[in-house]
Amino acid sequence: MRGLIVRRLFHMVITLFFVSLVVFFMVRLRGDPISVMAPPTFSEEQIANLRAAWGFDRPLVEQYVLFITRAVTGDFGQSIQARRPAMELVLERLGNTWLLASAAALLGVVIALPLGIVSAVRRNSLLDLVSSAFASLGNAMPNFWLGLMLIIIFSVNLRILPAFGALEPAAIIMPAVTLAVGTAARLSRMTRSAILEVLNQDYIRTAYSKGVSQRVVLYQHALRNALIPIVTVFGLQLGWLLGGSVIVESVFSWPGLGRLMIESINVRDITVVQAGLLWFSLSFLLINFVIDLLYVYLDPRIHYR
Amino acid sequence: MTANAHDTMAPSQVARLAAVKPRQPRLLAFFALLRRSPVGTLGFIIVILVVFLALFGAWVAPHDAQANNLRARYMPPGFVSETGVFTLGTDQLGRDVFSRIIVGSSVSVLVGVVSVIIAGTIGVLVGLVSGFFGGWIDNVLMRIADGLLSIPFIVLVVAISGVLSAGLGTLILILGLTGWVTYARVIRGEVLKAREMEYIVAAYAIGQSRFHIIFQHILPNVISSAIILAASQVGVAILAESSLSFLGLGVKPPTVTWGLMLADGRQVINSAWWMTTFPGIAITITVLGVTFLGDWLRDVLDPNVRGRN
Repeated sequence: MRGLIVRRLFHMVITLFFVSLVVFFMVRLRGDPISVMAPPTFSEEQIANLRAAWGFDRPLVEQYVLFITRAVTGDFGQSIQARRPAMELVLERLGNTWLLASAAALLGVVIALPLGIVSAVRRNSLLDLVSSAFASLGNAMPNFWLGLMLIIIFSVNLRILPAFGALEPAAIIMPAVTLAVGTAARLSRMTRSAILEVLNQDYIRTAYSKGVSQRVVLYQHALRNALIPIVTVFGLQLGWLLGGSVIVESVFSWPGLGRLMIESINVRDITVVQAGLLWFSLSFLLINFVIDLLYVYLDPRIHYR
Repeated sequence: MTANAHDTMAPSQVARLAAVKPRQPRLLAFFALLRRSPVGTLGFIIVILVVFLALFGAWVAPHDAQANNLRARYMPPGFVSETGVFTLGTDQLGRDVFSRIIVGSSVSVLVGVVSVIIAGTIGVLVGLVSGFFGGWIDNVLMRIADGLLSIPFIVLVVAISGVLSAGLGTLILILGLTGWVTYARVIRGEVLKAREMEYIVAAYAIGQSRFHIIFQHILPNVISSAIILAASQVGVAILAESSLSFLGLGVKPPTVTWGLMLADGRQVINSAWWMTTFPGIAITITVLGVTFLGDWLRDVLDPNVRGRN
């Protein structure tokens, strides 16, 4: 187990290194941001000075080496716009994004598991049909649109929920629901097919034939063995939730990393964009790491070589 | 040889479509298969309708999608003026929401189709090379893929298009150049399986070139996975475009897109609910149609999945 952890962590570092390469060169695809920063009254010389002050005049490779050696120590450079360390800005917002994503994930699981299990047990019933329709719709709807619809219903017309911000606890409800619907849609379908697959196994029939109640068969025998694919999809969904937060946070003005990214992109604050992307990626890799460890716990037969 | 191996060796997938009823023309066979699935049929009808509107929308639309009428701004659905009925209301410039939805379909279709073709082509090539040759080239390609996959897709696309301040063409390119990873992964896996088949060994034995083996023998056997994936990715691309345009990072006005319409609607969400509601319904129905058609295609093309669920 320790060997597995060390190997996975090593893998993660390598991947992060590739991410940093991609991110670094990507944000510079259209040159440095000085041209946007500098007031139009600046002379050529002043712009050149500014460029030198920010280090944008050095060769790209040198800039990258500097960036990566500093990033390892947690220094992502100064935000061009806010004149504060980019890392500080990111960490301020990261917690809010995790809070929103976890709330949505929890909500998604609470909806998806019962829905998936019941649809599997009562296959082709009316409820199965309804849950299938829900899943298709949840998948096809743009989540920001769902968010806007919730605002129209609950803020504009019913006036019971705040439409934006994070000042009161109730403010998390609509963004979390908005994000959770897509997750619940995908997870419920996965749960259904995973349970269906397990229900066909011999040991389930054996359990029934020796008189075990349906409840126990379902939760002790079936669900436990169906968990691996469910957890896999759940892990993917967590990543998806992090991504979805970029748009949903903008719709609800939720002060998270996603909104920080959009704000920074709009003013071409590339140090913050860089830092934000790397933290998104780190979050995502950590999720995968935990999921990998969960596999071993869920199915002792799994050995990673 | 196992039954499984035989299965992969079956005639190309198109031929399998035709093989359902021998001697029937392929197109007829296609419809015969489609008719058996109500959901597939529904998806097909939606997709045909959307494509039709994308091509001929400007002629079909009841009003000029760009025509301002400042005296008829923010009129609710069903508003009647001397120029006709505005079924779904008007927007901040008095333009007909219904006509704009019709005309806006062309961006969605264009983005969905072209970006998926780009992503699919790159992804299939990378997957073929990676899976067939293995070694360091496989390692490098797959690490790049890991890196790209470890940033949530939409975050990645938002960042790139933001930095490039993309228009329609750039946006399509970005979606194509970032979307190939999934195809590469899937195709690589398929190639690894196909590579070990006896017919590949046989092809080597009779002295065929590696190029010939990859494109003549391996590609036809792995392409159906790419087609299945492509069908599901069209919806993803359409949703991504609408999200980006909504955020102001994608297609710019005056091009009409559903995402931009939603961005307009958001400004007046307190009063003009129709401006936000109907473009979103259009996106949902379109993606639903594509998904239904894609699911059906998967059931038909992939005999391993057929009958499950």
